[in-house]
Amino acid sequence: MKLAEFTTAASDYASHVDTLFALLSIISGAVVALVTALIVIFLIRYHRGSRAPRGETPERVDREIEIGWTVATFFTFLFLFWWAASDQLTALALPKDELEVHVVAKQWMWRIQHPSGVREINELHVPAHSNVRLVMTSQDVIHDLYLPTMRLKQDVLPDRYTYLSFNATKTGIFHLTCAEFCGTDHSVMAGRLVVVTPEEYARWTSAQPEGDDLAHQGEKLFRSLGCSGCHAPGSTVHAPDLHGLYGAAVQLADGRTVTADEAYLRDCILLPDKNRVAGFPPLMPNFSGSVTPGQVVQLVAYIKSLTTQSTGTTQGVAR
Amino acid sequence: MSEMTLPFAPARETAATSYLGEGHTLTSWLLTTDHKRIAILYALSITVFFFIGGIVVGLVRLELISPTGWFMTSDEYNRAFSIHGIVMVWFFLVPSIPATMGNFILPMMIGAPDVAFPRLNLLSWYLYVIGAAFTVYVLLSGGVDTGWTFYPPFSTGYSNSNVIPAAVGVFVVGFSSIATGVNFLATVHMLRAPGMTWFRLPLFAWSMYTVSMVMVLATPVLAMSLLLISAERFFGFPIFDATIGGDPLLFQHIFWFYSHPAVYIMILPAMGVVSEVFACFARRRVFGYSFMVFALLVIAVVGFMVWGHHMFVAGQSPFANLVFSFLSFMVAVPSAIKVFNWTATLYRGQIGLEAPMLYALGFVGLFTIGGLTGLFLASVPIDIAATDSYFVVAHFHFIMVGGSVSAFMAGIHYWWPKVTGRLYNEFAAQCAAITMFIGFNLTFMPQFVMGWLGMPRRYHLYPDVFQIWHVLSSGGAAVLAVAYLLPLGYLGWSLIGGQRAGDNPWAATGLEWQTPSPPPRQNFLHPPRVTSEPYAYHEFGRAREQDGETSISGQGDVS
Amino acid sequence: MTDLARALQEPWPDLRMQREGVSLGMWFFLASEVLFFAALFCSYAIYRSYNPEAFRIAGAHTKVIYGSINTVLLLTSSLTMTVALRAATAQLRRVTLICLGITVALGLAFLITKGLEYHDDIEEHLVPGTGFPLSPPATQIFWGLYWIMTGIHAIHLSAGVVVVIAVMIIFGRRIIPVQGSTMEGVAIYWHFVDSVWIFLYPLIYLAGRA
Ligand code: HEA
Ligand code: HEA
Ligand code: HEC
Ligand code: CUA
Ligand SMILES: [Cu+2]
Repeated sequence: MKLAEFTTAASDYASHVDTLFALLSIISGAVVALVTALIVIFLIRYHRGSRAPRGETPERVDREIEIGWTVATFFTFLFLFWWAASDQLTALALPKDELEVHVVAKQWMWRIQHPSGVREINELHVPAHSNVRLVMTSQDVIHDLYLPTMRLKQDVLPDRYTYLSFNATKTGIFHLTCAEFCGTDHSVMAGRLVVVTPEEYARWTSAQPEGDDLAHQGEKLFRSLGCSGCHAPGSTVHAPDLHGLYGAAVQLADGRTVTADEAYLRDCILLPDKNRVAGFPPLMPNFSGSVTPGQVVQLVAYIKSLTTQSTGTTQGVAR
Repeated sequence: MSEMTLPFAPARETAATSYLGEGHTLTSWLLTTDHKRIAILYALSITVFFFIGGIVVGLVRLELISPTGWFMTSDEYNRAFSIHGIVMVWFFLVPSIPATMGNFILPMMIGAPDVAFPRLNLLSWYLYVIGAAFTVYVLLSGGVDTGWTFYPPFSTGYSNSNVIPAAVGVFVVGFSSIATGVNFLATVHMLRAPGMTWFRLPLFAWSMYTVSMVMVLATPVLAMSLLLISAERFFGFPIFDATIGGDPLLFQHIFWFYSHPAVYIMILPAMGVVSEVFACFARRRVFGYSFMVFALLVIAVVGFMVWGHHMFVAGQSPFANLVFSFLSFMVAVPSAIKVFNWTATLYRGQIGLEAPMLYALGFVGLFTIGGLTGLFLASVPIDIAATDSYFVVAHFHFIMVGGSVSAFMAGIHYWWPKVTGRLYNEFAAQCAAITMFIGFNLTFMPQFVMGWLGMPRRYHLYPDVFQIWHVLSSGGAAVLAVAYLLPLGYLGWSLIGGQRAGDNPWAATGLEWQTPSPPPRQNFLHPPRVTSEPYAYHEFGRAREQDGETSISGQGDVS
Repeated sequence: MTDLARALQEPWPDLRMQREGVSLGMWFFLASEVLFFAALFCSYAIYRSYNPEAFRIAGAHTKVIYGSINTVLLLTSSLTMTVALRAATAQLRRVTLICLGITVALGLAFLITKGLEYHDDIEEHLVPGTGFPLSPPATQIFWGLYWIMTGIHAIHLSAGVVVVIAVMIIFGRRIIPVQGSTMEGVAIYWHFVDSVWIFLYPLIYLAGRA
């Protein structure tokens, strides 16, 4: 294994982080040097019995010095905070045309599903120069997806989605590993991040055996699980139409209004009591025992496809 | 040390028996309500646990020499670092300075005959022992593998180890902290000697006061978090179970609401000790006394508002991250003030490099580095990269081992003559201090490097590119082990063969030095009266002869 | 006078200081207790905001009769405790003892009622786990918290009862001048345990009935 698989700064963001690290190191180094130098000088000059002058310093001078370094420290810290915060805020503002890759963590492996339906384990292929968004959930305990070369990390929680976005600028094979303690084999819950050119990514995708994309798999599930029995336009059950739902604002029975994001859709399927939609009977059954996290991912992908076409190959569905 | 010339003759009257002479039976120790004896009981118990924690981590370091491991299974490894963290934090470092030096010195320092509630004080030690018994049971019956942080759902549903006994042990020892805290708060409020106004309190007393505040207000929250974990694991109450609408992050919030203030529980006392030692061995008033006091108070208060910086990647909102990041920077300002003030205390001093001072100087350097890397972690982008890596491990060992343990050693050496009435071998002590500093840096500097390069923490097996750093670190740990064993030798020897110390071998000004060493049961032969600010070292040397008894111009009058 | 001397304990110089010290210590301890319960109340509040519906459904199954009786019992006991403290200050030994006795009786009555309520709850299988009768599943969180909150409160109250009985025994033997006694500390503690209940009552019994 090569150290570069950890240390390469493989995205612009990673380089920014490295710059910030360098800045902090320089300032800290300077502070440590200053404090050490003062201490050493004082130790020598004012060693017991030395002949240096020992009188009192005026109270006013003491006070001014004290206030001086308090203020100086305060402003240095403010500056550092501002720098770090602006790096963080730029990172948040990644543009939206994303390739969405689903990650399901379980003790002790990473399962990855591409929008095309391709699956891999402990290996994550992504195209360079594209905004990649990982949508992650865990099947058991808390894990943490760590991409050292992206300088990124995000906890992966059970029954909840967390996200990680990056835009790799360097192609190559990098390390990928678990950073939140998750039991016996925590230390070997590792894999590879493979960054390839967009063309290679397309070629790689089409070369994989898996046929259907996520949304199609979800559509099949939607029928086989009986969702369509209620949610299909012609159904006799009074259930909401799911077309155009994703991203829209939903009025709930308890008065709240929420945006229908992935987490919301997931909750609707697994915890329907949490969000009862206003104006409908509370009939939506709880599917938490009968679908796996992977299937939830597919269902959610399907419901999203009823609104958006952004996940590449999804066939248009009549709106 | 014998060559250190004192401005007064070390005279001693042997009229009053010392607290050590009041009974030699086991019950006279186990049922004592004397704060000094309780301090000794505590000192012995935490020393035992320090070495338990140290031996366990010695095995960890040994195992990490090879990237593929060589004598432990992964489960054993996980249990080893978990028990190391639990023992070191709750059974060594949290009680370390407060329960030993705080108990022994604080009442004397403020001129009190004892703490406010002597029986509660004894109870607090017994609570410690009960909690410790649970931990020893955990250790002997196979350990616990959750890390010291007990995160659910791993701890509640997936771990196959002794989570509940471990949680109960920590729960119980928490109440011993609370008892100590309540006791110290009441003591400082009610039992100060006449003339000992708030702004005449030595900084160590202030540090005990502030740390007690934090103990009293933070520890119950930890207790609750552990109780909820145990209820979920034992009764199956699904409090943090995400599958039915619970939230594992809630546990993390509750836990860190305690555990961040807890890190200040571990550093404030150290700051107090170092202030005393600096003043004494630089023979100068602590620079900026009132700023030092306010810094302690601000750290104690703002420390309650920054817990979220442990959860930057946990799934907390990015704006919460910003706020916690900002507050973490702010809580560092008072620490900076303290570092600068200690440095300035040396200016125009009469500096001597006896062992306590060497340890204290080590503290300042290592605490500064540890604290500054805390700022790295408080910057969200850096933390996202470095969290759960050895960078964090190095950060907190710099503060807790390099900082707090060094200060603990400084305090032990500084007050040793007061506690035992004996002098230790100064040269041996200086050697130990220097060895500790070198060993420490060798152990933990490499961890910063490998952490930033990408070495995650709590890893039994690791990519071989990091081996070189791990080997260096393990080598350092061996040096460190020697440095920690040395004091056992020469301090132990001083009890048998050490020279008599006299009342005030350092010619220090605190009230605790103006009574015989070792002190009598009631601390002072005559009720003390305080007449001046602390650290009146400038006037030192104008010793007065009175009634044939030597009295130095310390903080007050005890004759 | 010997009473006075006996009442004064170690490090205190005089009885007034001792009394102040004891009640100050008690206040610090209660500050700690407040945070102990605060962690619990915060968890309750957060979960209720996550699962409002489940908390309403679950809350409707608590036994409001028992809860209300207990509220009355505890409020009355606070009253008798206050009277006891006043009586003790005025050196009225008999009144003090009677009032403390009533306080203990009310405390025990509370615990017995609580026990009956627990019994009913268990009959209805309202213990989280398999066989839990309510749905949605988040109702189990409410009931998990119910057992923990009321259980911890009951433990606190039991401790209170034991301590009050101890004070009664001391009082029964001799008139300890109240200035030096632990009476005030005990009273503060008792009121605290009551006021925790004042918060628990609406959260537990009224949550499902609003
Ligand atoms: C005694 C213990 C102690 C102390 C005092 C501190 C002090 C600080 N800590 Fe640390 N910390 C821990 C113990 C401690 N910490 C532990 C145990 C963990 C890990 C827990 C776990 O996950 O297991 C941790 C983790 C931790 C994290 C989370 C890391 C992670 O898991 O991702 C963060 C993030 O912000 C942090 C920050 C800070 C800061 C800002 C301070 C500040 O208070 C430091 C202030 C001090 C200084 C800054 C130095 C002196 C200043 C100067 C000389 C000023 C001059 C400087 C300039 C002008 C630039 N700490
Ligand atoms: C509070 C105090 C404290 C103290 C004093 C220490 C002291 C030490 N710690 Fe520890 N440490 C923690 C608190 C502390 N630690 C915490 C909270 C964690 C996190 C746990 C978690 O992740 O949950 C941790 C984790 C931790 C790790 C990370 C493990 C991992 O993530 O996989 C490492 C690795 O090197 C380490 C090393 C050391 C070393 C070498 C010492 C040395 O300073 C110890 C030196 C002392 C001795 C060695 C004992 C004396 C010598 C002898 C008795 C002779 C025999 C010795 C040998 C055979 C070697 N510690
Ligand atoms: C028994 C009929 C029924 C079945 C079967 C059913 N649903 Fe529903 N669903 C409803 C009803 C009624 C609502 C609206 C009331 C509510 O929120 O409970 C609803 C609400 C929803 C919502 C939220 C809609 C909005 O407007 O916010 C989603 C998403 C959803 N269902 C998805 C599914 C999926 C996926 C399946 C299959 C796995 C499924 N449903 C099966 C009846 C059903
Ligand atoms: Cu998964 Cu650690
Ligand atoms: Cu912290």
